[in-house]
Amino acid sequence: MNALTTTPRTTPGTASRSSGPDGARQRSLPRGIGVQVILWAYAGIAFGPLLLVLIGSFRSNSEILRAPVGLPGSLDMSNYIRAWETASISTYLINSLAVTGASVVLCVGVSALAAYALARWRFRGRALLAAFFLSGLMIPAKLGLLPVFYMFQSMGLIDSRIGLVLLYAASGVPFSVFVIMGFMRGFPGELEEAARIDGAHEGRLFVSIVLPLMRPALAVVTVFQFAPTWNDFFYPLVLMRSGDKYTIPVGLTRFFGEFAADRGTLFAGLVIALVPLAVVFALATKQIVAGLTAGMSR
Amino acid sequence: MVPAQELTVRPARRRRRQAGRTSPGWITAFCLPAFALYGLFVVVPLVTAFYYGLFRWEGTRQAGFVGFGNYREILTRYPLSEEITAALGHNVLFFVGTMAIQNTIGLGLAVLLHRNPWGKRLFQTLFSLPYLISPLIVGYIWSLLLSPTFGPINHVLRAVGLDSWARPWLGEPDVALPVLILVNAWQWIGGPLLIFGAALAGVPRELEEAAAIDGASAARTFWSVRFPLLIPAVGVITVLTFIGCFNIFDLVYALGGSDGGPGGAMDVLGLLYYRTAFQGGSNAIGESSALAMLIFVLIFGISVALERALRRREVA
Repeated sequence: MNALTTTPRTTPGTASRSSGPDGARQRSLPRGIGVQVILWAYAGIAFGPLLLVLIGSFRSNSEILRAPVGLPGSLDMSNYIRAWETASISTYLINSLAVTGASVVLCVGVSALAAYALARWRFRGRALLAAFFLSGLMIPAKLGLLPVFYMFQSMGLIDSRIGLVLLYAASGVPFSVFVIMGFMRGFPGELEEAARIDGAHEGRLFVSIVLPLMRPALAVVTVFQFAPTWNDFFYPLVLMRSGDKYTIPVGLTRFFGEFAADRGTLFAGLVIALVPLAVVFALATKQIVAGLTAGMSR
Repeated sequence: MVPAQELTVRPARRRRRQAGRTSPGWITAFCLPAFALYGLFVVVPLVTAFYYGLFRWEGTRQAGFVGFGNYREILTRYPLSEEITAALGHNVLFFVGTMAIQNTIGLGLAVLLHRNPWGKRLFQTLFSLPYLISPLIVGYIWSLLLSPTFGPINHVLRAVGLDSWARPWLGEPDVALPVLILVNAWQWIGGPLLIFGAALAGVPRELEEAAAIDGASAARTFWSVRFPLLIPAVGVITVLTFIGCFNIFDLVYALGGSDGGPGGAMDVLGLLYYRTAFQGGSNAIGESSALAMLIFVLIFGISVALERALRRREVA
């Protein structure tokens, strides 16, 4: 096999060598166009539905019922006004922001501390503790919902946004510890050693040296904790009672029940619910890609 | 400050020699918050669910230890026993369908993008955009687009003369599950796209060039050179797809309600657990906890097994 593969390269006839790239160039022009067509077609599939929602949100309900596909007659904002004011999407949005923000900060904070200790210090039970955290990467935590419900009931955390924050932060710990720990292992500990020699204690060292070093990993973890928390529906569906504490996903189920017949308003509500994630995406595409491929190094 | 530093040089050096040792106080301060949070709200509830499942319940009152009686009960008593089989079957079909459709298309698109570096970032972003959207919102978007009379999809089909294709997509038992697979694939295609993309970028160029010089066709190059190097990525994607498909809840809820669509055609284990726990009879706690443990063992067991198989393969 080896002899066979090396012969063409060593033959004096250089023609065979130059014909390779030439042939490829000739083939690649029509094929390049074909590839572009496929790629743009799929872009249409991926983006088209969102575009339909966006266009629909500017059309009046009667327009939509008359012609389900079509451009809006005029730039009509009344759907948005209705969704924002009467369907209290603004309340859901604020709740989602508060719950998601608090839980991401809590989760990333405690995970960074633990991940640093696990990556840098040697102590008894370290491997066991790491395994304890990392096992959570594959645990379907939501199956514990019923016990969580009764635990929250006894702690007075039913219908409480604090309860949601604690739950989300807890379920984000395994992934965050995993990513930050992997990141820290790739870093030499020299800066920390130097600070230690200068007499800085561990807490000081962590805040002024380790945290700034960790920034890229913290960004990935933040983005990755943000999206599922923002999107979660299961926990608030069961744990929240009063409408004024609903987060966006649960709020939307109520909204879809109330406005079932008014499609224009439904579309507008969906657009409002999508905006914050679009902003995050625009700001953090790089971290999102990095986080997705972090799964590879496992 | 400077003299103080000089004074501490000797003890510092000694400390450095035992740099591995950090005082138990600091270890506790750093590890305890995450440990407590994760332990209390993730691990303890799962252990409690196992404990709950060993008892018969009347409402919220324990009415005697039954061991694995609840497990026997849910696996044999009609209608729950049949609902479990049906839901499990749907989860399996959902997983197989997703592997076949979503991950194959994702691989195809990743290969196209790899060969065609122009606009790679743009296309990657466009294709994977939907994965950020809440599955619940994805479900609502598609239920509006697919609705029988006023949905744009049926409208377009009728406009181009394919009237017979127009149907209540989410209302026919035979069509609902395939539609679920497609909608889910629409949302998650970015996963395989990016993971395969990263793996393809890692294939050494020389290998492909060597194959091309040897006169291998494009297809042959793909199967003999690139594909073997993609196998670790296939493994990662299989594990992620498995976990995703067996944890699905929100999307089905939005597309078909808590009963899982027409005639329960989209009913899955997650929905069944939710109904058993919060809409069940007097022994709801016992039965749903037993069900939760069965699902837990299934998901966790298979994920760990897949992961192990994967790792062995990488080492070999």
